Amino acid sequence: MESLLQLPWAIAMRALEYPMRGIQRLIGERRMPYVFVLPNLLIFGTFVVVPLFINFFYSVTGGTSLFPDQRPFVGAEQYGYLLDCEDYLKPFSCREDQFWRGIYNTITFVSFQVTAMVALSLLTAIVLNRRIAARGFFRSVFFYPVLLSPVVVALVWKWILQREGVLNAFLTALGGDGIVFLAEPQWAMFWAIFVSTWAHMGFYTLILLAGLQSIPRDLYEAAEMDGTSHWRTFRRITLPLLWPTMLVVLVLSLIKSVQTFDEVFVLTGGGPGTATQLIVQYIYSTAFATQVHNFGLAAAAAIVLGSVLLVLTLLQMRLGSGKDKD
Amino acid sequence: MANLRLSKINKVFGSVHVVHDVDLEVLDGEFVVFVGPSGCGKSTLLRIIAGLEKATSGAIEIDGEVVNDVSAAERGLAMVFQSYALYPHMSVYQNMAFGLENNRMPRAQIDARVREAARMLRIEEYLGRKPKALSGGQRQRVAIGRAIVRKPRVFLLDEPLSNLDAELRVLMRAELAGLHARLGATMIYVTHDQVEAMTLADKIVVLRDGRVEQVGRPLDLYNHPANRFVAGFIGSPKMNFLPARLLRAGADGLTVEVAGLAPLTLPFDGAVLSPRQELTLGMRPTHVRHQADGEFAGTVEVSEQLGGESYLYCRVAGEHRVVIHAQGQSEVRRGDEIRMSFPPQHAYLFDAEGTALPRPGAARQTAPAAVDVAS
Amino acid sequence: MRRAIAFLTRRRGGRGWHPTDVLSYAYLVLGVVMMFGPVVWLVMCSFKTQAGLIEFPPSLLPYSQKQVVVEGYKEPLPLFEVKLPDGTTKPMAQVRRIGIISQMVDPANPGQTVRVRFEDRTPIRELSFAWENYTTPLAQFNFTRYLWNSVIVTSVATFITLIINSMAAYGLAKYEFRGRTSILIFIIGTLMIPISVIMVPVYLVVTQFGMVNSLWGVILPGAATPTGVFLLRQYMLTIPDELIDAARMDNASEWQIYWRLIVPLSLPAIAVLAIFSIMWRWNDFLWPLIILTRNEVYTLQVGLNAFQGELQVQWHFVLAMTVVTLLPITLVFAFLQKFITTGIASTGMK
Repeated sequence: MESLLQLPWAIAMRALEYPMRGIQRLIGERRMPYVFVLPNLLIFGTFVVVPLFINFFYSVTGGTSLFPDQRPFVGAEQYGYLLDCEDYLKPFSCREDQFWRGIYNTITFVSFQVTAMVALSLLTAIVLNRRIAARGFFRSVFFYPVLLSPVVVALVWKWILQREGVLNAFLTALGGDGIVFLAEPQWAMFWAIFVSTWAHMGFYTLILLAGLQSIPRDLYEAAEMDGTSHWRTFRRITLPLLWPTMLVVLVLSLIKSVQTFDEVFVLTGGGPGTATQLIVQYIYSTAFATQVHNFGLAAAAAIVLGSVLLVLTLLQMRLGSGKDKD
Repeated sequence: MANLRLSKINKVFGSVHVVHDVDLEVLDGEFVVFVGPSGCGKSTLLRIIAGLEKATSGAIEIDGEVVNDVSAAERGLAMVFQSYALYPHMSVYQNMAFGLENNRMPRAQIDARVREAARMLRIEEYLGRKPKALSGGQRQRVAIGRAIVRKPRVFLLDEPLSNLDAELRVLMRAELAGLHARLGATMIYVTHDQVEAMTLADKIVVLRDGRVEQVGRPLDLYNHPANRFVAGFIGSPKMNFLPARLLRAGADGLTVEVAGLAPLTLPFDGAVLSPRQELTLGMRPTHVRHQADGEFAGTVEVSEQLGGESYLYCRVAGEHRVVIHAQGQSEVRRGDEIRMSFPPQHAYLFDAEGTALPRPGAARQTAPAAVDVAS
Repeated sequence: MRRAIAFLTRRRGGRGWHPTDVLSYAYLVLGVVMMFGPVVWLVMCSFKTQAGLIEFPPSLLPYSQKQVVVEGYKEPLPLFEVKLPDGTTKPMAQVRRIGIISQMVDPANPGQTVRVRFEDRTPIRELSFAWENYTTPLAQFNFTRYLWNSVIVTSVATFITLIINSMAAYGLAKYEFRGRTSILIFIIGTLMIPISVIMVPVYLVVTQFGMVNSLWGVILPGAATPTGVFLLRQYMLTIPDELIDAARMDNASEWQIYWRLIVPLSLPAIAVLAIFSIMWRWNDFLWPLIILTRNEVYTLQVGLNAFQGELQVQWHFVLAMTVVTLLPITLVFAFLQKFITTGIASTGMK
């Protein structure tokens, strides 16, 4: 297996040896790093850096054409359109009510999902950090859904939640009525939050577990020698020392949560109606899934989203550097 | 085999001037040791010779050809690194063969060379092992072997013994000397250990703060240090230094007052000195005599008895430390008052800048009047 | 046996049981059911026939009614356990059913039919796996094609990512050169930019290169991952510079130093990145969804989504194809779970 992977690699690398020696002779050893970073930089520049700038161009031009030369300059019109609201607390009073519904749905989704995520992964990490048998197995169990694709995750749950699904079978067996979960707005939002928490909590559990395990064992032994109670040990030793990791988990899950699209899109399609349409889905539909491709509006909304993510990322970087200093 | 010439080599890292105007000639087959305290620029100088660093100015010539712009690979040198720098993912054999493969040498020839070097270094049985599975001494041999197989024009060795324990270091030192004799190769060796320098070198280059302090054969450096730094650096235990003041210069030499004690007349030529000049008297511990009628008194602070020899750490005139190295055993104990003498013919004098004062040629030959009085 | 129980109830540290231990294990068992249960349920259901799927209440295992071929009848007949008037029971095949009366035939005596009341017969069921759920979509729909596209995208993209990321990481870790700091800042600054923020302009770029509806359009935009460069560079910084000096003295070109020294020595980090890349690419959904609009270039994820979004969802096929999609990742995880979890825990990325 290993040699099977290595063979094409070795052939490619050896084939490049001669030309690379030639290049080195030509430009000198000291300029070789440019050759090493060039391929990555070319692709990175073409598909990340340049688009970052084009995005601004789209957001200040109008029309439905994809090609920049056919797009008239409209200034801040797209932003004005997005932000035109009679009452910002009532999405339906806005000109682009879909955008505002997306924002409100995302706020609901993020606040519940992040809370559930942090609480559940902390609880799981604490349980896994106890003296338990087969810890490795249990850790893997909680981690497994992290690796599944969002489409698979959504389908697994869609199958359980559908009208004749196993959950309704349980409910009727217990004497209740079946519920068409994904057709009722509040249930749909609940399950969107539930499913995405189910899919990602293993990742944060793993980080928190690593944080817990990095707390020196002798601190606990010292506390035990002092006759400290379990609860007090947790409050006065575990929580403070885990706090930096908690912050990282909080911000990281916040960033990921704001970006959620795939599993909710496949699970509910944003429905019923627009009850679970999140902001990324709004951008996607505005640009690609409607009859009229409104690229300018999508770009403007993307920049709004990007600014939020930028703030969160800066926050995370400050937390990260703060952690190093300790 | 080759000779090497450095002229006016300078190296500047940012605002730090690491190597200053170094001139040096290394002859074919010579074993040259760069020695100096850490941070003196000796490793940088070696890396400049290797081609791993570029000199800021100056010329490096190998066999008369300026190689400043020739890459490390093409200078035809081999280097043994302090950490050995063995490729951890390759076997001993592959480590030694790697450079030869890069030079597109035929496989049979590579094999012959690797096996020959392995036999010479007695590492044949480890050829299949990874460096991880070797002891420190074995790794050291492999690192040397990797240099040998290249048949380089010059061997460069960067503190190769510093990672070994004391016993192994002595052993490997002897082996290196033997290897040099057998190969007849030009070797440049960097160390901070003056014992290694003394035992291995044909020629020692003493460096301090990026400057060459003195170049010479080991015993020349020992007997005629050019300045106080070299005098203090070469020889173990270190030379004793005592502050002195010139009283007068006469035909019989210089009369100096040492550390506020009795005046001494030493056979030096002091024509250029002004009276009352501040000087430093140097005296190697082996030359200080512990004798009942000595001119100086001192208090013993530590007495080390090694059986065959003894070291007495004394304090003279209340503030200056003097070490006495004597053969045999001694009854002296801590706290004892003893007397000692500084035989003038073994004394060194350094001026305020640290430069050694010249001795008149005659003074060196007139010898052992004082030896007779030794106890 | 005693020792087996002792082993099962043994706790680390060897002290006695505490109520919180019981709670912990209860939580963990619940976790196993919650985390594995849905997937196990999906796998079980994927083997049920269409009829088995709509059965209510559902059974865990894929049962279906046993059928027999009876002489004189063209179609295989369903088999029932019939309670005869004399009180004995006997397996019989049902020929037809009219209202509450079934016409049954004894397979041993095909000439004679018996009329049996509806409530006197119970179906005989057997475990059977509906493999046609798998074979049909793979053969008749384009699923083999989707599978193949996903394999291509995952392997080619991972290969490219590993090469260009490790090259860049080496350049940024082991050389001083003009522009290095600005490149590093840019790479770290874009660690958190998701495709969703720049999907419109990237779509433009991909269109300009004519890569819409081509797998290259899926592969290239995400190939230069900042995460990968960052991860590999951090690892390469720990490789001693003296090794590189030694290789230079050994007349190795910079390229040889890269692939014969740096790459083998960075293998642990490269393996982590390889796993990440495989996971990212195999599970990638939003970008392929935008760029791939023709059925024959769909990847598994896009194909699966399209299939489940049809008006008449053919759940028996959807479930089977979902299993096909989750299988490779599950297998990789089963073999490398320790490696993956420690890799992810140490990098804090996924």
